Amino acid sequence: MGLEAEIPVLTTSVEKMVQWARRSSIWPVTFGLACCAIEMMAMSCGRYDIARFGAEVFRGSPRQSDLMIVAGRLSRKMAPALRRIYDQMPEPKWVISMGACASIGGVFDNYALVQGVDQVVPVDVYVPGCPPRPESLIYGIVQLQRKIAQQKLA
Amino acid sequence: MDSTSLVAWLQEILPGVAVQGAPATADPHATILVAREHAHDVLRELRDRPDARFTLLAELTAVDYWPREPRFEIVYILVSIEQRRRVRVKVALHGDDAHLPTVSDLWPGANWLEREVWDMFGVVFDGHGDIRRLLMPEDWEGHPLRKDYPVQIRMQPHVSEPLQVTAEEFRASVEKDRLARK
Repeated sequence: MGLEAEIPVLTTSVEKMVQWARRSSIWPVTFGLACCAIEMMAMSCGRYDIARFGAEVFRGSPRQSDLMIVAGRLSRKMAPALRRIYDQMPEPKWVISMGACASIGGVFDNYALVQGVDQVVPVDVYVPGCPPRPESLIYGIVQLQRKIAQQKLA
Repeated sequence: MDSTSLVAWLQEILPGVAVQGAPATADPHATILVAREHAHDVLRELRDRPDARFTLLAELTAVDYWPREPRFEIVYILVSIEQRRRVRVKVALHGDDAHLPTVSDLWPGANWLEREVWDMFGVVFDGHGDIRRLLMPEDWEGHPLRKDYPVQIRMQPHVSEPLQVTAEEFRASVEKDRLARK
């Protein structure tokens, strides 16, 4: 972007404009599965205030969302529902796998849980922790923003 | 009424019933062990007799003592609201013959409890009529709370569900919606 000296306009490319718009208003779908969701809620509220990064609008409908934060352990019975919600989200869309359970199964090494949500949906950012603190999740979202800023249009 | 007097009471009203008291422990609830063929009669008498009136089935569950035989124990916890008492009734089952009569005709609430026990332990309830999976996915194989179940089994998760409508039903629904909006 360049600021022209005399006239009050900014010049940029369409690609940079789109990247800026996308990364500055990431709307997450409300998808809390377990205790990680408590930290996710804390992140969205006043003390940590994810609105600073433009990602505070948690949507009740996947059709209005850009980001799915898989917050918690995913049971095998829930896997088709998670996939369906992901499929209902419009492109472009991103996924954050929040916490140890969502990323690799965590302490639940058993038949009932999916050992990592990347078996079900493509994951962009993994946030470690059990559960991760809100700061960690904010860091994950910032990492995702950096990733979006590098995505080419064509 | 402790377990010995409960056993005496049952033998009086149901002569020849195969029932015995469990050894006394610190736990204050009377516990009796009943043979499978008498379980339904004993539970019905406990529910209906005016001096018992255990009208509430508080819990119906199972325990797997594998590799011991009989490996399964079905546990009923009954509550008498009138007498403010509880009793625990246990039925032992062998692994190769794990079935017993349903009690969902006595307590309708036993329906889902028996489905859960079947789902998790594979114990069949004769006469239940609607034995389906309750907790596990419908297409699951095996009964996970059995002690010989491979707990750390690795499987690919199912990520899609079968369509719940046919293509014709879907088109008819869309058409109906379209007409309603006109």
